[in-house]
Amino acid sequence: MGDLNQQMLDKYRNNFLHEVEEKVDDGEWVKMCMQCGVCAGSCTFGPDWEHTPQKIFMMIRAGKREEVLSSHSMWLCTSCYNCMVRCPRELPITHIMHGLASYAHRLGLAPKNQPTRDFSLIFWENCTKTGRVNELRMTISVYFREGFVSGVKKMWTLRNIGRGLFFAKRLNPLELFVSHGCKDKDGLRRALKKADEIEARRRGYEVQPRGYSS
Amino acid sequence: MAKREYAFYPGCSSQLRGSAANYLVSVNSMCDKLDVKMTQIPDWNCCGASISYAGSSELARHVLSARNFALSDKHLPGQDIVATCAACWLGGRETIEKLDASSQLLADTNEALKEAGLEYKSGTAIRHMVEVLVEDLGYEELGKPVVKPLDGVKVAGYVGCQTNRPFGIAGESFENPLYLDKLIETVGGEALSKYEEKVSCCGGSLAFCEPEKAEKQIKNIVESAYDQGADVICTPCPLCQANVEVYQSEINRKQGTKLNMPVVYYSQLLSVAYGGTLKEAGLDGHIIQPKKLQDIAVKVVPAKR
Ligand code: SF4
Ligand code: SF4
Ligand code: SF4
Ligand code: SF4
Repeated sequence: MGDLNQQMLDKYRNNFLHEVEEKVDDGEWVKMCMQCGVCAGSCTFGPDWEHTPQKIFMMIRAGKREEVLSSHSMWLCTSCYNCMVRCPRELPITHIMHGLASYAHRLGLAPKNQPTRDFSLIFWENCTKTGRVNELRMTISVYFREGFVSGVKKMWTLRNIGRGLFFAKRLNPLELFVSHGCKDKDGLRRALKKADEIEARRRGYEVQPRGYSS
Repeated sequence: MAKREYAFYPGCSSQLRGSAANYLVSVNSMCDKLDVKMTQIPDWNCCGASISYAGSSELARHVLSARNFALSDKHLPGQDIVATCAACWLGGRETIEKLDASSQLLADTNEALKEAGLEYKSGTAIRHMVEVLVEDLGYEELGKPVVKPLDGVKVAGYVGCQTNRPFGIAGESFENPLYLDKLIETVGGEALSKYEEKVSCCGGSLAFCEPEKAEKQIKNIVESAYDQGADVICTPCPLCQANVEVYQSEINRKQGTKLNMPVVYYSQLLSVAYGGTLKEAGLDGHIIQPKKLQDIAVKVVPAKR
């Protein structure tokens, strides 16, 4: 995947805006931003964003490729859609944030151990494996992603939550063994594989970074 | 009253043994009383939610939604799809909007779906359960089955984000949507109209990966309900419900607070007011017990004469 980053560097040279327009979901909207600043104060985790959406759009135009793609900021987007309903230019800001994050991950430039990135990958894997999310398995993989000891510690601090949900019949240990799932999960996975092929074709990727092997 | 029929998309969290299983139970009992028939879309799949973006592509997410639409169209032709989860509803609407706007995206989606032997034809409508209640039935009709008005129950209506933005319920504002308060009042509860955190975000899926940041949000959401003298918080969103209920004990543990505010679904309020039992209203599925509602649920209704 490092290769892909080099390919893109060669292809777009110093035109990061153009790269974003062609490669990032909804990236063609970035040039519509008029830097009014309305979105900058909208984010739910606002104080934790190093670069507000407004700033990110400015940095894209200024060609700050590394800085944008390795930023933690867009991974802090909670999909609250505050920005989108306020933006006077109607930019799909939420989707651009997700698109940038996804592209950064694809190029291998996303920050290491970014918790939202890891969670997002676990979620997608979990949801596409059988066609439905298995909440127990997902929770366990989230807490154990940093290794066994740290996972045990986290599970321990959250044990009351788990026990509460268990007694409330909302988190069933049986989920570990009998999973929900689509009957035609093979068809579903074939369709998703195809979607990836089409995506690669449209965006001009040679490599196909994701697979749905069972 | 004519029976109304819909294709039902429960979503992963509401399925049996999921974290919002009690939401599903209360929706079923509520729909029963309202003569609304919902048939699950056979073999539905997860929609991918808003959080799956790192591992997926936009197209793949449209394929997930479109598969459900195609299945609904095939097995339950002509019926609107109803979702109970804000994120599923939102994702579905985004897919419909995008595929309607781009014939290329539609063709690509169908090329992929063909692998599963399905085809998506446009013209699908996906509605939130709340839309069915307030638009198709209307408040007046929703008031009719009430046998146990929720007298004296003070409810903070927490709408959250994804039921409210970017689409929202028609005719409502983003800053102060009123439908949840109206629903509360329709069944005799007291809606706390000054509740300040009505449309704040609880952190959504990021409560899993950035719990400290989400806990800050949740603390405000709960404390503001206390400020208004609430007995209970009510929400239309399964993730809001889970986050706001479940993390209170963690906040207490870390910060020495004593938060203990029950969080329920609108469907549970309706179900109780319609005479539903503890079980039928899903009130046996909470970590923080909604005492006042439970008391009403076990009360015997005086027979009408
Ligand atoms: S949707 Fe994301 S980018 Fe927009 S305001 Fe919310 S957190 Fe910020
Ligand atoms: S609100 Fe819209 S136009 Fe204003 S800075 Fe943000 S993205 Fe740009
Ligand atoms: S939004 Fe969540 S609960 Fe709803 S179907 Fe998608 S993944 Fe499952
Ligand atoms: S308030 Fe929280 S759970 Fe509810 S829609 Fe917003 S992010 Fe999702």
